[in-house]
Amino acid sequence: MSDPGPTTAPTGSVAGADEHPLRALVLAGGLTFEREVSINSGGQVVGALTRVGVDAEMHDADAGLLPGLSATPVDAVFIALHGSAGEDGALRAVLDLAGVPYVGSPAAACRLAWDKPAAKSVVRAAGVTTPDWVALPHSTFRELGAAAVLDLIVARLGLPLMVKPASGGSSLGVQKVSRVEDLPAAMVSCFAYGDTVMVERFVDGVELALSVVDLGQGPESLPAVEIVPESGVFDYTSRYTPGMTEYHAPARVSDAVAARAAEVALTVHRVLGLSDLSRTDAIVTEDGEVHFLEVNVSPGLTETSMFPMALEAAGHTLGEVLAGLLERAAITPSS
Amino acid sequence: MKSSEIRALFSVVSRPEVVSLAGGMPAVTALPLDAVGSMIGELVSGMGAQTLQYGSGQGDPRLRERICDVMALEGITDASPSEVVVTVGSQQGLDLVTRVFVDPGDVILAEAPSYVGALGVFQAAQARVRHVEMDDEGLIPEALEEALTAASAAGDRVKFLYTVPNFHNPAGVTLSEARREVVMAIAERHDLLIVEDNPYGLLGFEHGPMRALRARNEDRVIYLGSFSKTFSPGLRVGWVLAPLAVREKLVLATEAQVLCPPSLTQYAVARYLDTQPWREQIKVFTELYRERRDATLESLDALMPPGTTWTRPDGGFYVWLKLPHGLDAKLMQPRAVAAHVAYVPGIGFYADGGGREYMRLSYCYPEPHQIREGVRRLARVVEAELDLHSTFDTVDTGTFRAAPPAPRPVPGSLTGPANRDQTEDVQA
Repeated sequence: MSDPGPTTAPTGSVAGADEHPLRALVLAGGLTFEREVSINSGGQVVGALTRVGVDAEMHDADAGLLPGLSATPVDAVFIALHGSAGEDGALRAVLDLAGVPYVGSPAAACRLAWDKPAAKSVVRAAGVTTPDWVALPHSTFRELGAAAVLDLIVARLGLPLMVKPASGGSSLGVQKVSRVEDLPAAMVSCFAYGDTVMVERFVDGVELALSVVDLGQGPESLPAVEIVPESGVFDYTSRYTPGMTEYHAPARVSDAVAARAAEVALTVHRVLGLSDLSRTDAIVTEDGEVHFLEVNVSPGLTETSMFPMALEAAGHTLGEVLAGLLERAAITPSS
Repeated sequence: MKSSEIRALFSVVSRPEVVSLAGGMPAVTALPLDAVGSMIGELVSGMGAQTLQYGSGQGDPRLRERICDVMALEGITDASPSEVVVTVGSQQGLDLVTRVFVDPGDVILAEAPSYVGALGVFQAAQARVRHVEMDDEGLIPEALEEALTAASAAGDRVKFLYTVPNFHNPAGVTLSEARREVVMAIAERHDLLIVEDNPYGLLGFEHGPMRALRARNEDRVIYLGSFSKTFSPGLRVGWVLAPLAVREKLVLATEAQVLCPPSLTQYAVARYLDTQPWREQIKVFTELYRERRDATLESLDALMPPGTTWTRPDGGFYVWLKLPHGLDAKLMQPRAVAAHVAYVPGIGFYADGGGREYMRLSYCYPEPHQIREGVRRLARVVEAELDLHSTFDTVDTGTFRAAPPAPRPVPGSLTGPANRDQTEDVQA
């Protein structure tokens, strides 16, 4: 957060030539499992913003952040933090307290989206299909007996099942369980990521990443990105190792499915109260139905991330879009 | 969990909130940095014509002489500077030896567990690693004999035994004097070459250096040494001591790789050994590490839940900890990261997928108070994991009901929203 000095905005800057260049702080890092991904996202964002003339700098969400923001104010903050703090609304609530404008969804909406089971309830109530699920803390299994509870889960949801942490992203801790004898071990390893596990009926189909962005005229959906992991499972390694997953943008689906997917993404964005940008993960089954899985309020922006691919497929560049969002955040008074 | 996920979990280690018992970083700030700084400055200002120039592929002759003095501390008194090849850390030395000796498919014997950096080199050479069990006295000779017999019966050619005899990485144990003799006798009987990797040998807390395997047999042992733990890992100066016939091949291989080891750092090490009280400095290091070892063992004794066991190193950097039955150090890692403590899961130290219940704790870098806090956090993590296992380990999935043909809504069911299929139907 050093003083930029008398920097002249380069040609093509989104900031007018007569103004100082837009000053943005890109928050990345954090103290979560997704730190590495976040730093990669942050680096991409800083690069993209710098290319369009924004004076952007990266900073960790640490004890130096608030004193730094206070000593050297910026026009707006871009949150490229993944995982808790960045996505659960806590950091945004603190930025609200500090009166620092930021891009993205408000704190309360983030808290809702972060809680995957709660978000699924809201999204299902809005008429969007989502695989059946149950979310339970460890204490429930301990108190009622794991065998009895797991027995019920298998009886009601069937197999295969997806076992995932009730919050968190980047597919960390997510497992597909096809055999009942693998279920207890899957629960144990998933509970290492958090105290509540969500078990979801497995839905087979085409995986889609559905990005939504608000360029100033309200939320609009971007072309769906189809995900084809080489290994068959879109886990952490498939997600962040270049070449291990094939992406198609736009997705190879019918116009009707593409339209339904766009509608789902916009519905999710709306009913959860999200702003500026989001990415919904969904599955399209053979019958063309789009099933909501989860939504990310701080979508990955790394080289292998789907949100930038969707922007590109729509003819946008990451830097211009993010700069536009920052400019709008800077002039909109924070709530 | 794949290696990329482990790397991701490790990325938080750089934050000061996290106590890292993971990395094996020497405590270089215990060096007299001003004296080392002016020494290196003089090497450039006064001797730049040599220190900034290319050098010999085999390494600076003066340094090779001094390396022989260092090895004499461990009983290697017959080494000639002509048998020494200076390498970019002993890691390069290990790579050179492996390139010279190993063809794809060859068998290498290594302790169970073994140094992860060595396993990486062996994997790159497409060697097949066979692990040999250890206990508190290091490599078990009977297990070595069995492995050799089994390899011979299977028609496999064992190229060498790779061993870290002193203050093993990661196991922390040391090969006993009695076993050293037995191991050498087995090597003689089976015509076995030994690669003795000895970066920690001078860092003993209780007694003077043990006599090296190489000191017992000059033809059958290739010795790898390093200044990374006795001086500085950042200088990347190590060496190989090998019989002359092997040395020739090593020099050709190193010239192909790096042309020559860096001149400046070689001069720095030689000058350090010539002008600085390096033996006293090693005592400073060992006292520091002893204090940290004590903090680690005392905390483990006081805090770890029953069923956890660990080695008690009398030198070096590492404690090797075994978790209570059924726990998996790699699967437990997210919980540890959330609790702000880091360790290295044991599985990385095995070439065959073993070691799941183990972890390596390094005490070389954190201060004693940080170690105590780190162990406190780790103990809580293990306790929470035990609690989790007590819930799920007894589940007999054989008794589970088969899934019914179609789920039906049950009012007031515990599973809540999962049963709200009717919402979907209404909205569809």
